[in-house]
Amino acid sequence: MNAAAAPAEVPKSENLVEIRALHYAVGRRPVFSGLDIDMRRGRITAIMGPSGTGKTTLLRLMTGQIAPDSGEIIVDGLNLQTLSRSEIFQLRRRMGMLFQSGALLTDIDVFENVAFPLREHTDLPERLIRHIVLTKLHAVGLRGAAQMLPAELSGGMARRVALARAIVMDPDILIYDEPFAGLDPISMGVILRLIRQMNDALGITSIVVSHDVQELSTIADETYLLAEGRVVASGSPEELHANTSDIVRQFMNGMADGPVPFHFPAPDYSTQLLARGERRRAPRGEQ
Amino acid sequence: MNAFLGDLWYSARESLATLGRVFLFFLQLIAFTPRALLRFRLVVHQIFNAGALSLVIIMTCGLFVGMVLGLLGYDLLSRVGSEEILGAGAALALTKQLGPVVTALLFAGRAGTALASELGLMRATDQLSAMQMMAVDPVRRVVVPRFLGGVIAMPCLTAIFISIGVFGVQLVGVGQVGIDSGSFWSQMRSAVELDDIGEGLLKGAVFGVACSLIAVYEGYNSVPTAEGVGRATTRTVVISSVVTLILNFILTAIML
Repeated sequence: MNAAAAPAEVPKSENLVEIRALHYAVGRRPVFSGLDIDMRRGRITAIMGPSGTGKTTLLRLMTGQIAPDSGEIIVDGLNLQTLSRSEIFQLRRRMGMLFQSGALLTDIDVFENVAFPLREHTDLPERLIRHIVLTKLHAVGLRGAAQMLPAELSGGMARRVALARAIVMDPDILIYDEPFAGLDPISMGVILRLIRQMNDALGITSIVVSHDVQELSTIADETYLLAEGRVVASGSPEELHANTSDIVRQFMNGMADGPVPFHFPAPDYSTQLLARGERRRAPRGEQ
Repeated sequence: MNAFLGDLWYSARESLATLGRVFLFFLQLIAFTPRALLRFRLVVHQIFNAGALSLVIIMTCGLFVGMVLGLLGYDLLSRVGSEEILGAGAALALTKQLGPVVTALLFAGRAGTALASELGLMRATDQLSAMQMMAVDPVRRVVVPRFLGGVIAMPCLTAIFISIGVFGVQLVGVGQVGIDSGSFWSQMRSAVELDDIGEGLLKGAVFGVACSLIAVYEGYNSVPTAEGVGRATTRTVVISSVVTLILNFILTAIML
């Protein structure tokens, strides 16, 4: 089912994804200023960082949903910037993505959600589709929920169904966007186990974006910590824990204040409190 | 004054840009239509959503619009002693004007808002992004069947509205105020020609394209927040209603 992309390929390296000198800005605000990341085949790479550092934006760049201002994103030897829209769609058939919300189609049941990519991209007979879908649902422990509607699922179940859907086309890359957000400890444990299992059993390259340090440390092979538009630390989770840089320590230990300040930039506190009138904002000149 | 002219120029430029975007979106829908028709099951589902689920409101409103038309028509015509042409006059009014226009307004309020809010919510809940990530173009898979469903359903709803409206006129004209049944129907048959029915259905089809296009465009391009979806839904009704009335004037002027 891995429909290979046709465009000219460069020799495949050990890295499945290579990001080089990536620059991207939203309006005038730079999100990435010279980002370099390598994601090795068959490994679990964790992308961590405080909220607002552009982790999800990075995923959107890696999947060709948005284009960088400059720099290169190479996925399995293919430079995304040189691919046409249809070639990017071909490449996406080899990717699976688990959205933070699950993003299940709400008007069809669990079975049809998982079968959706198969029905769209293949002409497999119904019997085979049924077999594949039940196999994938069994892998995530939800074969019994095949007839349920997404609205009837808990958050953890919805994410597991989304995971079954993400692997139904046997992808080479599996991308997880905040897979642990809002989950209870049991569901979190299940998702953690599934990420590791999928990676090892299917030989998939996994990319996990999250800010859950403890959870990711248990499964990640390599970790990148993003802040201020660049990689501030990388290595194994142990190496990150041993890192003495202020920003890494603040993030890994969950400290409220530090290089990432507790207070959002604001005018002087006393000046703003003593300002006349009922103006809610400080006068322009004082900002 | 300069600031006012600047704002005016900016608004005009933005409106033109939006018109251009809507036109490009429309071309995209047309380009995907042949492939969507090959998977007609998806379109049938949307015809059911836009058409069958609008039947109750269309039939109820058609009946009461017809009955009011019957009462007013009788009141007016009886003053000049021409009550027997009530059937002809009311049928012409329903077929050429009231049928397509009121159906389009009701369609925008019922099916149009449903389309816009459904697509808006799909965007807000990442369902459209998920489709893109599954290498499925959401315009082809989600938008085009909904657009075609609306386009096909509208003329059918118009025909049903007109038929029920005529029945409403007959209920009042023959049943209540006592116009002769034979006279009522024969006057109607001699006055209403096939071209008049064609005009009504053509208007229904044009309004169907316009209202469905506005609904799917607004929904698909809505800001993915609760407020954004609400705004898209409101804009769908407002823009559809205004465009329907403008198009009605243009079509009436052309077909007179």
